[in-house]
Amino acid sequence: MSAFSAIGEETEKDQNEFTPGLEPQPTWCPGCGDFGVLKALKGAAAELGLSPDEMMVMTGIGCSGKLNSYFNSYGFHTIHGRSLPIARAAKLANPGLTVVAAGGDGDGYGIGGNHFMHTARENHDITYIVFNNEIFGLTKGQTSPTSPKGHKSKTQPHGSAKTPLRPLSLSLNAGASYIARTAAVNPNQAKEIIVEAIEHDGFSHVDFLTQCPTWNKDARQYVPYIDINESDDYEFDNTNRAEASEMMFETENALHEGTVLTGRYYVESDRPSYQQEKKQIGEMPEEPLAERYFDDSYEWERSYDKFLDKHK
Amino acid sequence: MTDHELIWRIAGGSGDGIASTSQNFAKALMRAGLHVFTHRHYPSRIRGGHTYTEVRVSADPIQSRGDGYNFLLALGDSFARNPSEGAYYGNEEIKPLSENLDELAEGGVIVYDSGLLDASEIENFDERVEENNWHVYDIDLRSMAREHGREVMRNTAGVAVTCAIADIEPDVIKSLMSDAMPDKILEPNLEVFDDAYETVQSEYDVDTPDVSAPTGEHDEEQVLISGSDAIAYAAIDEGCRFISGYPMTPWTEVFVIMSQNLPELGGISEQVEDEIAAAALAMGASHAGVKAMSGSSGGGFSLMSEPLGLAEITETPLVLVEAMRAGPSTGMPTKPEQSDMEHVLYTSQGDSHRIVFAPGTAAEAYDQTRKAFQIAYEYQIPSIVLYDQKLGGELSNVPASVFDEEPNADLGSVLSEAELEEAPHDDSGKYQRYQHDTENGVSPRSLPGQKGGRYLATGNEHMPAGHISEDPDNRIAQMNRRMQKVESIREELDEDGEFNTVYGPEDADYGLVTFGSQQGTVEEAAAELNEKGHSVKVLGVSELMPFPKEQVKSFLDSVDEALVVEMTASAQFRGLVQKELGGYGDKMSSLLKYNGNPFEPLDIVEGFETALLEGEALPDNRTKFVPKVGE
Repeated sequence: MSAFSAIGEETEKDQNEFTPGLEPQPTWCPGCGDFGVLKALKGAAAELGLSPDEMMVMTGIGCSGKLNSYFNSYGFHTIHGRSLPIARAAKLANPGLTVVAAGGDGDGYGIGGNHFMHTARENHDITYIVFNNEIFGLTKGQTSPTSPKGHKSKTQPHGSAKTPLRPLSLSLNAGASYIARTAAVNPNQAKEIIVEAIEHDGFSHVDFLTQCPTWNKDARQYVPYIDINESDDYEFDNTNRAEASEMMFETENALHEGTVLTGRYYVESDRPSYQQEKKQIGEMPEEPLAERYFDDSYEWERSYDKFLDKHK
Repeated sequence: MTDHELIWRIAGGSGDGIASTSQNFAKALMRAGLHVFTHRHYPSRIRGGHTYTEVRVSADPIQSRGDGYNFLLALGDSFARNPSEGAYYGNEEIKPLSENLDELAEGGVIVYDSGLLDASEIENFDERVEENNWHVYDIDLRSMAREHGREVMRNTAGVAVTCAIADIEPDVIKSLMSDAMPDKILEPNLEVFDDAYETVQSEYDVDTPDVSAPTGEHDEEQVLISGSDAIAYAAIDEGCRFISGYPMTPWTEVFVIMSQNLPELGGISEQVEDEIAAAALAMGASHAGVKAMSGSSGGGFSLMSEPLGLAEITETPLVLVEAMRAGPSTGMPTKPEQSDMEHVLYTSQGDSHRIVFAPGTAAEAYDQTRKAFQIAYEYQIPSIVLYDQKLGGELSNVPASVFDEEPNADLGSVLSEAELEEAPHDDSGKYQRYQHDTENGVSPRSLPGQKGGRYLATGNEHMPAGHISEDPDNRIAQMNRRMQKVESIREELDEDGEFNTVYGPEDADYGLVTFGSQQGTVEEAAAELNEKGHSVKVLGVSELMPFPKEQVKSFLDSVDEALVVEMTASAQFRGLVQKELGGYGDKMSSLLKYNGNPFEPLDIVEGFETALLEGEALPDNRTKFVPKVGE
C-alpha cells in the first residue's frame, strides 16, 4: 500500500478546491496577467482530476512566486531562479507527484537561466510556466531579460542596449519537448495548454504572457492575440523541429512589432523523459524511492556487507 | 619517526600510477599486521608534474604521516615537460629525485630509476649523500620492466627493490598483487617483481642500511580506508539514496564513490549544472521524502549558500559535505587547508542555524557523518561534515568492526497519513507543519503526496501552515523555535559526549587545541613533548556548531596556557573559541600553517618549545606563531 495515497486517487474536482481558504484573494495589482495563470492552473488541475495533495507547485521569487500562496496544494516557494532544480529532484524522488514549477521572466530566463537550459536538456517530466511580463514587477519596474531593446527604466535610463532573450527558441534549442506560448487574456487556450503541458511526458515549457498594468504601462496588453494553430495565416507542423524553430523566431520578432502570436509551437511526443532514460540505464529504481522509507519489509543494505571486502 | 618505522616515499610523475602502487603497498603491509598511514602530495595539473605518496609503516598505532621519511623510491616522470632549467617548471624530469632530498632522514635509502633519472644533474648530489650517510641504489628499473613487457611495470620493480632492502617478505606484496591485478597483467608483473628482487639481492649490498619495515600483528581485522570512503559509507548506512553534485577537487572523491554504488542500491545520483542546483536537488529529494546529500569544496560551496539558507528557514533536512582546500578563490586545489571553517559556519544571509562536524580521523568521519544524517532528519536542519583534502585522501588502517553497524533509514520527524488525520490544519485544510510550540523545537513534517499533508514551504517567514507573514509575534515564535532546535541538539550531543577527543595526562600544564583533521598529528606531537619532559594534553574539537562550550572551557581552565594548532592564516578556530567562550584570548597562542602541506608532528613540537616556551622566532616560515592577546 502506498504511503502517498493522494497520488492517483480518482476524484471529481471542482476548481474551487484549489482556492485556499486563508488568503483567497491574491495581492496582485488589479488587471495583472498573473490572475490569468492562477485561473488557468486551477481549471487545468480540476479538468485533470488532480487532488491538491498530489500536486507540488514550486515557485521562485517575484510576483509569480506568489502563485502557490494562492493555489491550494503542496507548495514550495523557493529562492530566486531555483524552483527547477528543487522540482526536478522532487519528481525523481516520487515520480507519482504532479510537479509544476513557475517563475517570472527574470526568475526563469535571467537568474535561473542555467537551470532552465539544463532542465530542458534533460527533459524532466515536469511543467514549467514562465510568467513573462517583459519587466521586473515586484522590484518596481526594472528592465528584464525579455524587455524590448530600447526599454527605458530606472536601471536603463537611456534605454536598454540589449536585444531581448528569445524564450521559445532558447527552449527548443536547449531540448524542451513541449513548448507553447499563451496569454493571460486568452483563458480558454491557456487552460487547454496547461492541461496538455501537465499530461506531456517530458519537460513542458509554457511561456505565459502576463501583462503588467502597473510597471509596464507602455507595453501591449497582449491583445488582440492570434492562435497560430487555428489561424490560416500560419501554416506549420509543430512536430517538425525546423518548422517550429522558424515559427518561434517569427513569433518572437512579431511580439515587439505589436503582433501577439500564441499556441503550441513544438510537441515531441515520442522522446523518452529523463526518468524513463534513467530507468533504462539502470540508474533509477522502478518503484518510487520515496515509498521505500515506508516499506517495513525493505532490507536496507549496509556498507559492511557490500563494500568492506575490497578494503581488506 | 621512530627507529622502528619505515616511512616510504614513492615519487614520480602525476599519471604514473604512484597512487595505486602506494595503495597496494600500504594494504599489503596492513595485511601483514602493521599499522599504515599515507600522505598524498600531488599537483593541480592535468598530466605530469612531480607527485609523491608516503606510506608510514609502524608496529604501533599511528595517526599521522610522521616526520620526514627514510626511504625514497624515485621513479621517472614520464609526462615531464620543459626539460630546460630555464623553463617555468624547471627541469621536471629530475624532480622525483631532486625535490625529495630535503626531507630524507639521515641514514636513509634512495632507490632511483637510472633509466630515467641522472643524479649527476643534481647539484652537490654526491656531497649530500656522503654528508647524510644516505644509501643510494641506482637501478635501471625502466629497462627491467621493458624486458618483461611494459614500461609502466617499473613501479612493481621499484616495490620489489624496496622489499629486498627493507626486509619485507616478497609474498606479502605478491599475494596482494594477485588479488588486485587482472590476470592479463599479473603474470608479467610477478616476473618483474621476482627479477628485480633477485637482481638486487644478488648484485647489491642490501644489508648495510639500517632501514627496515617492522613486524607486527593486529588483534582484529583491519581495513584500509580513506576519509572519503568513510563519509560515503556512513551516508549509505544512513539510508542516503540520493546524491547530487558537481565535480570539484577534493570533494569529487565522495561524489564518485556514491555515484558508483548508488545505482546498485536502487539509489539515484545526479551530476548537475552547478552547485546551486546540486544543493537544491538534494533539498528537493529530501523534501519529497528521500534521504539525500550533496557536497563540494570551497568555491562550489560558496554557490550553495543560497539553498543552505533556504533549508534553514524551510526546515528541510539537508546533509552537505565540504572538503576544504587552500583558498581564497581557486587557491591551491590539491592542497589541504582548514580555512573554509568560518565560511561553512556562517555563509548565507541571516542568523545561521546549522550543524557542523569536523571529524579528525576516518573512523570519526564515519561516526560523525552518520550522526549528521540523524540530526538533519530528526531536527530538520542542515548538517555539514567539514573535512579537507588531507582527511579525504589519506589512507589508514581502521578496525573493520568500526563499520559493523546496523543501517538506519529512519526519515526522522515525519508524520504518516494516519497521524496527519489527527494533526492540526488551518482553514484551507493545510497542515500546520510549522507549529509554534513544540517540545524540542521540532515540528514534524509531511511529505508531498500524503493525503491531508499539504502545506507551503517558503523562504519567507511564515505562519504555521506556511502562509507568508511578517507578523512580529509569529516571527519571534518561529525564529525562537528554529533556534531552539540548535539548543536541543547541543543537549543531545552533550549526552553522547563522544565526538571531541581529549588526549594526554589530565593534570597537564599546557594544552594543545585543534579541530578536524589535524587531531592525530597534534596528539603525536603531544606524545613527543611529554616524552621530552613537558606536560601537555590535547583537545581535538569536532563539534563546531553548536559549539561544545562547557567542554572547551573546562579544558582551557585546567591548563596554564594553550597553543591552538590550525591550518589557517588568520587563526579562525582560535577566533571561534574566543567568540563562543567570550574570552581566553590571553591564554591562547596560535600555531598556523598555510603553505599547502599539513602539519607534521615536529612542526608542533618546535612551535611549542621555540615559540611558546622560549619566546624565540621560528627558524623558517613553514609555520607561523601568533602570540596570545596582550603579548
